[in-house]
Amino acid sequence: MFDQILQFLLTGITVGSTYALVGLGFAIIYNASDVVNFSQGEFVMIGGMSAVALSAGDTGLPLWAAAIGAVLITMLVGMALQRFAIAPARGASVVTTIIITIGASIFLRGVALLVWGKDLFALPHFSGEEPIQIGNATILPQSLWVMGGAAALVMGAQYFFNHTTLGKAILACSCNKTAAHLVGINVGIMLLVAYGMSAALGAMAGILVAPITFSSYDTGVMLGLKGFSAAILGGMGNPMGAVAGGLLLGLIESLSAGLISSGYKDAIGFIILLLVLFFRPSGLFGKASVDRV
Amino acid sequence: MKRLSGFYLLAIAVAALPFIFPDNYFVTVVGVSAGLHAILAVSLNLLMGYAGQISLGHAAFFGMGAYTSAILTTRYGWNPWPTILVGAAFTGVVAYLVARPILKLKGHYLAMATLGLGIIVHIVIVQMGWLTGGPDGLGSIPSLSIFGWEVDSDERWYIVIGTLLMLVVWLALNIIDSRSGRALRGLHGSEVAAEMMGIDTAATKTGVFVLAALIASVAGSIFAHQQAFVSPDSFSFFFSIELVTMVVLGGMASTYGAVLGAIILTFLPELLVVFEDYEVMIFGGILMGMMIFLPQGLFIGLQELLRKLTRPKKTPATPVAEKKESSHGAA
Repeated sequence: MFDQILQFLLTGITVGSTYALVGLGFAIIYNASDVVNFSQGEFVMIGGMSAVALSAGDTGLPLWAAAIGAVLITMLVGMALQRFAIAPARGASVVTTIIITIGASIFLRGVALLVWGKDLFALPHFSGEEPIQIGNATILPQSLWVMGGAAALVMGAQYFFNHTTLGKAILACSCNKTAAHLVGINVGIMLLVAYGMSAALGAMAGILVAPITFSSYDTGVMLGLKGFSAAILGGMGNPMGAVAGGLLLGLIESLSAGLISSGYKDAIGFIILLLVLFFRPSGLFGKASVDRV
Repeated sequence: MKRLSGFYLLAIAVAALPFIFPDNYFVTVVGVSAGLHAILAVSLNLLMGYAGQISLGHAAFFGMGAYTSAILTTRYGWNPWPTILVGAAFTGVVAYLVARPILKLKGHYLAMATLGLGIIVHIVIVQMGWLTGGPDGLGSIPSLSIFGWEVDSDERWYIVIGTLLMLVVWLALNIIDSRSGRALRGLHGSEVAAEMMGIDTAATKTGVFVLAALIASVAGSIFAHQQAFVSPDSFSFFFSIELVTMVVLGGMASTYGAVLGAIILTFLPELLVVFEDYEVMIFGGILMGMMIFLPQGLFIGLQELLRKLTRPKKTPATPVAEKKESSHGAA
């Protein structure tokens, strides 16, 4: 029994790490521009698919170069989204911007469908497929890559926002755009950087999991949903809350799939999410919202 | 008379279409699903557009009605009519029970909670195969019969659903102009201000949530009898999002806008089929474009355009409503 639970925990943390990265991407864009970006999952898909495409075939790039290329492509897509879809709709209501990002996600999926078709693609495992024995549980080396990569990215993001001028400038924009503008921060460029970063995080998540979960034009839908859940669970606008929310969601799903029912695992995840919201309407680590009257 | 002039215009259009285009696929087949979508969009608009409560789980109530009718008629041999009422009662009770805790949430948290609710209902439908048929769905659901008049052709379904749509539109228009409609619009503007005016906001929100769920449930039952087949795919969260898109695309807080949004979003994929592989991409692009350039929605955007064209030399009309930073209370 204990071994089984250890196995579920390992799986949960692996899955949760991806959710955490997607959730972190949500939080970054939300903080910078008050937009809930429903095309966040498509960043993950584009990252995974471009890495596969760039590394495939005899003339393909080595894996590391394909990964860098895929991240750059996804960053461009993220910045284009900001520049051509979000920026022109400045001042639109929250729901309108949500529909714009939903439109963007359908558009990106349509492009992916056109380029890659409906097939499933996989990246080669980064360092072998020999499972590693931990007690009586096993773990794929790739899962370690996912966990380690996610941890490094989260710490990197943390450092970026707290200790670099650029990161602090983005935070300043999310606090008050006018004030940020007055102290000489170029708000437009900061927004572009934020979207680019968020896209890059999504792309890296996509590349890290592509060897395990495969990638197809519609993998982004479910991941985007889970990332949104993670961000809400942790408290919208709290990046580290989103990471914690993602890990928690991954663990809940893995444990309920293993111990209760795999068919109901998503339902159990959402039921727990709803219960959390009923008792803490601003998420686990969110600040209680204060309405201006 | 003037207040309902749009209603009469819509009624005449709905009644005249099958005569202008007899035996037309787009009128009787696509038109029927556009009608059902319009009913759902109008009900969702009461909740979203007027009361300002976003719901990304409306398809769940549609599905509850559809499955209640499907299960009771096929597994227990009920007559279709009472199943519509049972479905509505069941959906109403569920909606009432979840309304209070869910509607305490605001903004994105409310969106997430309703989205979760929709997904939970969808999963339950898929998993309870012994009752619902699971992913394969339920077939051979009987058609309706009205005092011996069998609703068995596309034309007859057009009449039934067209009538129901006009009923729902009429209901919505009257609610909005009633005392409770003003309460709804009041709490959209500011819940605190509405409470200061003596409006029981929790009860008002619960009421409109249950009403929207009831309408969706009846539409679901009708859908089940019309299609003669239901499967979980029709009630997934994609459909919920499609419904929200219809409301926003048409123009929030406009009943006619919701109808227009539903019609456009039903016909667009039918028309885009000619683009084959490019269909999904073009659909996403059109959706984005319309929302970027007409953020108020098509109905209101087009109205303003019309006003500008007909009265070009006057001073700009006073703004319809002062722009709020975020109309959904996202803190």
